[in-house]
Amino acid sequence: MDFSFLSDPRYDVLGAFWVTVQLTVWSAIGAFILGVVLAAMRVCPVPLMRGFAGGVVNIVRNIPLTLIIIMMSQVIANQLGLRLATRQPGVNPQAFLDTQNFRLAVLGFIIYTSTFVCEAIRSGINTVPPGQAEAARAVGLTFTQVLGIVVLPQAIRAVVAPLGSVLIALIKNTTVASAIGVSEAALLMNTLLENEADKFTAVFLVIAAGFIVLALPTGLVFGSLAKKASVKR
Amino acid sequence: MRFRTIASVVAGAAALALAVSGCSSSSTPSESSVASAAQSVAQSATSKVASAASAAQSAASSALAGATGNSQVLSSADAGKLVVGIKFTQPGLGVKNPDGTFSGFDVEVAKYVADKLGVDPSKIEFVEANSAQREDLIGKGQVDYIVATYSITDARKEKVNFAGPYFIAHQDLLVKSDNTDITGPEAMAGKILCSVTGSTSAQTIKDKYAADVALQEYPTYSDCVDALLSGAVDAVTTDDVILAGFAAQHPGQLKVVGKGFSNENYGIGLKKDDTAGTAAINTAIAAMIADGSWKKALEDTVGPSGYTIPAAPTPSS
Repeated sequence: MDFSFLSDPRYDVLGAFWVTVQLTVWSAIGAFILGVVLAAMRVCPVPLMRGFAGGVVNIVRNIPLTLIIIMMSQVIANQLGLRLATRQPGVNPQAFLDTQNFRLAVLGFIIYTSTFVCEAIRSGINTVPPGQAEAARAVGLTFTQVLGIVVLPQAIRAVVAPLGSVLIALIKNTTVASAIGVSEAALLMNTLLENEADKFTAVFLVIAAGFIVLALPTGLVFGSLAKKASVKR
Repeated sequence: MRFRTIASVVAGAAALALAVSGCSSSSTPSESSVASAAQSVAQSATSKVASAASAAQSAASSALAGATGNSQVLSSADAGKLVVGIKFTQPGLGVKNPDGTFSGFDVEVAKYVADKLGVDPSKIEFVEANSAQREDLIGKGQVDYIVATYSITDARKEKVNFAGPYFIAHQDLLVKSDNTDITGPEAMAGKILCSVTGSTSAQTIKDKYAADVALQEYPTYSDCVDALLSGAVDAVTTDDVILAGFAAQHPGQLKVVGKGFSNENYGIGLKKDDTAGTAAINTAIAAMIADGSWKKALEDTVGPSGYTIPAAPTPSS
């Protein structure tokens, strides 16, 4: 099998996977924060917020990710004019374009992945015995305190393993960003397939191996974390 | 309780808005994919009947097949059935219509060639041949020949045989009608250029004409054209005959710059080393050009887009 494209200076394989890693990290941080907020809204006593969060989760979760990502670029950025980077006149717009597409993709991933984070955390909240929240309320804690000090810390510790699965799914989902031209691993693969059509198998193997290298340790780390973090009852 | 009702109404409205905005950008592909799925089911049902019939026929003609040697195209033609790869999404050249029929210049060429090989055009099975899959489809023998804006290049000649060229296209730029500053590929410096993921045509402009050009990649040319219409990119590049089709879809809004800056020789791809088949198809192309049906097919398919019909090429290679 011919792996000569690995040393070809036109194809930056490591650089492409570095973009994949960056996409994953920023999206994971954003999705975790938004997911916790959504989960808090879904269990809060205000019906309007509960309804809103439930609506968002059920809508976003059921839209294909490709559609969300293309919508971010074609509808949100191109039609509605959202700019997440500034384009300086007279300068090569490539940097602007790269930043803009990268941030649009991260935003899309955050919106999409946060719904799965939210549902994972909500299931974690169900593992916390109701007596805990009742006791917390009985000593005079407000809803925010009950959730923030008592319920959420136990809930999140219970769902470390499911969150790991969400993260692994996110790593692989970042390939969709190639649909709006973010130069990550899948875009490199498409370019390779176009230019090096005779090295199909080798290209697929390299890209697949790259993703396994990223995803496998993530699964192992989250597996052992889950054991450590679980609440002993 | 009332809050909850209002909330769900709000959520419902938001869902509707999202759905509508989502659909507007993608309704055509999804519709056509549904149509194509339905059609392929119907097709496979009928093709079973047809293949049973043609099996009997091929048994009868297999005695004759010895004369055609190991040419896949010619033996398929003897069996009375051809599988031809075309593009499904290229206006004017190869399009799968919502009703399951196929139209475009490539389709007309494919039908004419089939006719000359002695196969009734209604016996052609058209399959989709995306740019990246073409060599593979031919190499594995899944198609008899490919007519899909297939530029003859030396790299490709190592893997497949080419008959033709049957058409010569030129790489060009598609811009908005009111654009005056993009006059050619050199004027792309500092501008945003759109092409499909992995395409080489945008890379050509960056390498040869304007190093300062920024490249935006989308999965399809339709996405590029949408981005061009909204002003997010300044130009779209690929072969002029393809761009003309898109310009025709948006009359008055888009124009082709008209400074063709490369020669793309469209050939008919078939199995490597199939010299008998290549010669037969070359004869068919020459006949198509000679009897005027080449010009007529072009006028019927890409003519309405305002594309100037060029002089016919001489099939040789």
